[in-house]
Amino acid sequence: MRKLIISRVLQAVPTLWVIATLTFFMTRYAPGGPFDSERAIPEEIKIKLQSHFGLDRPLFDQYLLYLKNLLQGDLGPSFKYPEWEVSELIATAFPVSLTLGLLSLLIALMVGIPAGMIAALRKNSWVDYLPMSLSMAGICLPTFVLGPLLIYALSTQLGMFPPLGWYGPADWVLPSLTLGLFYAAYIARLTRAGMLETLQQDYVRTARAKGAKSWRILTKHAARGGLLPVVTFLGPAFAGLITGSFVIESIFFIPGLGKFFVTAAFNRDYTMVLGTVLFYASLIILLNLLVDLLQAWLDPKARQEK
Amino acid sequence: MLASFLFCASQSMQIFYPLIQHFRFLAIGAFLLVALGCSQPSNVEKALEEKILHFGLGAEPQHLDPHLSTSVAAHNILSALLEGLVSEDPKSLKPLPGMAKSWEISEDAKTYTFTLRQNGRWSNGDPVTAHDFAYSFRRILNPNLGSQYASMLYPLKNASSYHQGHKAWEEAEVGVAVLDDFTLQLTLENPVPYFLQLLNHYSWFPVHRPTIEKHGAYEKIGTAWTKPQNFVGNGPFLLSGHQINSVIEVKKNDAYWDADAVQLKGIRFYPIEATFTEERAYRSGFLHLTQSVSADRIDFLKEKYPNDLHFEPYLGTYFYRFNLKAPPFDDQRVRQAFCLAVDRERLVDKVLKGGQLPATSFTPPGTGGFSPTPRFRYDPDSAKKLLQSYLQEKGLDRLPPIELTYNTSEGHKKVAEALHGMWKDTLGVEIRLLNMEWKVFLSSVAKGEFTLARAGWIGDYVDPHTFLHMWRSGEGLNMTGWTNNLYDDALQRAEMAGSEEERWANFQTCEELLAEEVPILPLYFYVHLTLRHPTVKGWHPTLLDHHPYKYVYLEKEDSP
Repeated sequence: MRKLIISRVLQAVPTLWVIATLTFFMTRYAPGGPFDSERAIPEEIKIKLQSHFGLDRPLFDQYLLYLKNLLQGDLGPSFKYPEWEVSELIATAFPVSLTLGLLSLLIALMVGIPAGMIAALRKNSWVDYLPMSLSMAGICLPTFVLGPLLIYALSTQLGMFPPLGWYGPADWVLPSLTLGLFYAAYIARLTRAGMLETLQQDYVRTARAKGAKSWRILTKHAARGGLLPVVTFLGPAFAGLITGSFVIESIFFIPGLGKFFVTAAFNRDYTMVLGTVLFYASLIILLNLLVDLLQAWLDPKARQEK
Repeated sequence: MLASFLFCASQSMQIFYPLIQHFRFLAIGAFLLVALGCSQPSNVEKALEEKILHFGLGAEPQHLDPHLSTSVAAHNILSALLEGLVSEDPKSLKPLPGMAKSWEISEDAKTYTFTLRQNGRWSNGDPVTAHDFAYSFRRILNPNLGSQYASMLYPLKNASSYHQGHKAWEEAEVGVAVLDDFTLQLTLENPVPYFLQLLNHYSWFPVHRPTIEKHGAYEKIGTAWTKPQNFVGNGPFLLSGHQINSVIEVKKNDAYWDADAVQLKGIRFYPIEATFTEERAYRSGFLHLTQSVSADRIDFLKEKYPNDLHFEPYLGTYFYRFNLKAPPFDDQRVRQAFCLAVDRERLVDKVLKGGQLPATSFTPPGTGGFSPTPRFRYDPDSAKKLLQSYLQEKGLDRLPPIELTYNTSEGHKKVAEALHGMWKDTLGVEIRLLNMEWKVFLSSVAKGEFTLARAGWIGDYVDPHTFLHMWRSGEGLNMTGWTNNLYDDALQRAEMAGSEEERWANFQTCEELLAEEVPILPLYFYVHLTLRHPTVKGWHPTLLDHHPYKYVYLEKEDSP
């Protein structure tokens, strides 16, 4: 186990370096720059601005300087919002996205896993068809449709929740529900598929032959194996959830990280693009490691192989 | 974390399953939802009591430093936090006393002597003096600051030569003189009839010297002086909070010289970029006013919110640039043909449907009292003839397909498609629509890598000059490759003119040359579409969309 962790951490360093390098050069070779605007800037001002942000140096020097600063944990100021450091912006936006992501994940698991399990247990009955049809609808229904529908029903019509913003716990409900239900749909289908396979296993038949109740079989005997596909899906899904969703953030006007991901690229905000990409990459690496550990815990075979 | 979730989920199954069986689970869920979300009064309902204006800002401002800002969003915030030498009338935008209680203009209209009020105070209690203004003008003109709007101060004598780094401040003799603590004299290069109005642009706003120096912001971009805990201003409001992409809060500044006149206790600005989200925010009482309205929603809103939807004139022109450096638009006849084949009335009535006006000139009519003669017209027959004569001369059957470049947006696409149809019907020309991501688009146009490209221009001040100066030869905004000495001369004569008559005559010449040589194709004049709650009073439509907040108040709908 310790070996696994150490080797993963060692692999992470070159991975991040490659990502940083690729992102650095890709953003620089994209046409346009951070200071282009419809109101053309006089050349001499552009030069001043470029020297302000160190863009007047040779590209490779900039790259080395960036890596040097990165090693010291300095992501630099945002080009678009120079009054803010990139790390400061991420530190402000990430807790928002994390809260939203965790709540959505909680909803997704609490709705998706039970629905999938019941469906698997009562295969081809209405408790199978109903949640599975709903989940298919959930997968097909994009969040930008579900979100406004929920706002219309629960906010505009019933006045139960604020329609947008992120100023207090009441604001958390609608976006978490929108994002959570979307993921719940996937989880329900994955759970059902995993469970159905596990329920065919010999050890489950044995348990059943011994007279175990179906509910007990499901939770005690089949759950560990049946949830493996869900766990695999959760790693990247979780990283995606907690790093924000541009769509949800736009619909509900939430100051999360997703917006920075998208707008930083549009704005050619070089430092912000690099900051968000590296942050996301580190999170993915970390979460994949966690998922591997979790899988090892759930599946003794995988534990032995590793 | 994940493990614990999963554990919780699987463990809680044991509790949930019987609950689901008895459908109590749904009851509990519903109870929790109701408990969390009991119906609350909306922002707009609470505002009458709290006197807080909830303002849709449209976008997060890049800077809150008046000398670095470049956006409408920044104007909306800065005009609450700072005040220049003059202020403006909420209806006509005519200059009113601001930090200066009075001013004198010399006979040659080149020297302005401002007498500052003795009771002008910064929010920390320091007096506002002529030195503050002189310091601020020097700061924005300082070439090392790299201000994008420093050219707004170019009417000042020698300002451009200092700003472009030709001379040091001491040698440059920029037309700024402090006669005493409360008297400031500004000398201009030429008479500028709209000079006082210009002073209401944020580039002319003062900054608090000790605060700037404390944060080393004199010639540095991106210091912390604009953070709420540091910001010192002299306007009717104080910066009290700033959460990026969420809210910017200002509250009434009791140190402001005219604080008694300020009726709002605060303003909350929300940078909501998505127009649909902004509209939803408005309809649920979260906002008093929106920054914009999506064109697709006009019909619906007209029906449901007839008293809230406002179409207000806005000083801006939507147009296309021709690239004169490459065929076929290097030939005047082709440009004219394209221009004459556009039915602007139809574009405005059938495609845009937002109350825009067809652009028959480049400068919107009535700009500062100037009304250009309508010259850009619709004449498909002449268009055909002109194109025919070009084709014959070149020995061509038809024009090769023409690329029309625009930045990705539904609105621009609609216009481009409509024009494609008109040109195809009238001239038989094939147009290829090419949409580009914003920055790619900007860089292509700036490099001249386009044939025909979309553009728009919003005036900075209410004077034809803000539009017509763009087409001077070699001007950075020109980008069409068009140069014309007659135009440059007429523009210069207008700039130096002693009388309004002479100015207007020269501006007419400029317009005439534009219509004759057609480096650009004006399409329509903008309107500002907005939703505004009937409780917002003291808010008037103005050409620059300026609304001095000290006159704004909230009052119940039914009161007169």
